[in-house]
Amino acid sequence: MTNAQNTHTTVNEERQRLFRRVMVYVALTVVTLIMAFPIIWMVSVSLKPTVETFSLPPRLLPNSLYLDGYTRIFENPQFRRFLLNSYLLGIVVTILSLAIGTLAAFGFSRYRFFGDKAAKLFVITTQMVPSITLLIPFFGVIVWLRLYDTIWGLVLTYLTFALPYAVIMMNGYLDTIPRDFDEAATIDGCSPLGVLFRVLLPVAAPGLISTAVYTFLLSWNEFLFALALTRSVEMRTVPVGISMMVGEFGLKWDEMMAFSVIGSLPVLVLFMLVQRFVVSGLSAGGIKG
Amino acid sequence: MTRIIQGFRAQGTAYLFLLPCLVILGALLSVPLYKVVEYSLYDNVIVERNPTFVGLQNYRDLLTDGAYWSASLNTILFTIGSVVGHIIVGTGLALLVNSDINRHAQTLFRSLLILPWIFTAVVVALNWQLLLNPFGVVNYALGQLGLIDEPLDWLGDPALAMWSLLVISTWRGYPFIMVSFLSGLQSIPQELYEAAEIDGAGFFAKFWHVTIPQLKPVIYGVALLDLIWTFQLFPLVWLTTGGGPGRATEVLSTMTFRFAFVDFEFSKAATAAVSILVISAAFTILYLRNETRKI
Repeated sequence: MTNAQNTHTTVNEERQRLFRRVMVYVALTVVTLIMAFPIIWMVSVSLKPTVETFSLPPRLLPNSLYLDGYTRIFENPQFRRFLLNSYLLGIVVTILSLAIGTLAAFGFSRYRFFGDKAAKLFVITTQMVPSITLLIPFFGVIVWLRLYDTIWGLVLTYLTFALPYAVIMMNGYLDTIPRDFDEAATIDGCSPLGVLFRVLLPVAAPGLISTAVYTFLLSWNEFLFALALTRSVEMRTVPVGISMMVGEFGLKWDEMMAFSVIGSLPVLVLFMLVQRFVVSGLSAGGIKG
Repeated sequence: MTRIIQGFRAQGTAYLFLLPCLVILGALLSVPLYKVVEYSLYDNVIVERNPTFVGLQNYRDLLTDGAYWSASLNTILFTIGSVVGHIIVGTGLALLVNSDINRHAQTLFRSLLILPWIFTAVVVALNWQLLLNPFGVVNYALGQLGLIDEPLDWLGDPALAMWSLLVISTWRGYPFIMVSFLSGLQSIPQELYEAAEIDGAGFFAKFWHVTIPQLKPVIYGVALLDLIWTFQLFPLVWLTTGGGPGRATEVLSTMTFRFAFVDFEFSKAATAAVSILVISAAFTILYLRNETRKI
């Protein structure tokens, strides 16, 4: 009797658990579709002639295959220039931040010295300084340095957020590597730099790559400095380029959305490639903006 | 003795590693921060070669300007609304993704739910302008559901613009909270839940007595960080509503930008920028006090 009752409850519990799991899947699918809808719609609009953008009832797929938005973007040298600028800027900022940031992170992770806490606090604090507060004096200084409307003015200002980010992320990754690694290498006659480059960085490669991707993403997406510290069309980055289209072309939604898709793809692909490495380390540094 | 010398040598090496980073960050921050305060004490900086020193006059002007106070109020509304939205949606989704489901499915949903965070603010703004257009999908869907009688101008109506902006900001910002909480949730020892279950705790009891207390340090730090960054946020507001209609969504950052790059009144802009800095500094101190316990 008791035995039968027990089996009964287990079957019931099992059924309940299955039901709960199915409900979780349903809820997750619905929520994900809602959250992804703005992105799905962007792609949809980029594949429709502008006259169909607001046609009712809304349709996800165009009446016929339509890629004019994309071909017009690709044929326009201006947009290729925006992409080129963003790539160049992103690559330079990433290399500089990672090179300087990794050295600093190594210092923080492996040494105790006078003022180490204060120095670390300073690096964290730099991330909190409002970009808009920095922008006003930067404008004056960048003009004075004759770096206004150049990629170098942007490189310099982007370091204010990219560098502290790289330091904090790399510090976190280096902290996860046991000290035994360094000690073994030191006994074998490795210099501190040798320890960093031959021992720690190969182990921290996933961390290094994901930090690089995020630094690139921060630079690629930045808008305020790029808007205010450049003037000529040739110096515009992707985000500023897209925002200029709104004023210039009025309502060519197919082109605007096509360029939005093209301009988002590089960071999207990079992010998806590394994201399994990073999600835990991500929260440590966060992303400004 | 040798140990002390080695100690000094190690300290010297450490400073060498830090030097490039600290010099660059030091220069890139101290110069502008000094300059912005200086600008705020002069009149007509940047546009004139020899600006005149006016002391605190710019601050007096700014603090007696009604527009400044309405922008401050909007900033408070926008910041608190956004952070609350991020936390509610981010926590809910973190719990949902963290449920007992297939690991691959978990990774897939997490990757897709992070997406709003990856796009640049311009793309976010354009996407939502499309969706919230009077002839757009949102109005159509709400109309079909019978929730509204006629299409609303979500971003163009002063009474609705701030609410629409908060929805957009929530969509854009929840992934940061979700991701942070997810890693926090995964570090909670499973035994705590098992112990609670033995004590007869249901879903909500477990959430309230195990999850929340365990997540508390994460929640506080992440919420403060989100607050600091949302408070100074410029691109999303500027690109979605431009502070409008009228001044319905004008926040301190868009106001500062307008002073500088629309009106070319850099002294006024510097004064507003200093006021943003002071408030950010207050929150930053709170954040650092929390962080120093971890270092």
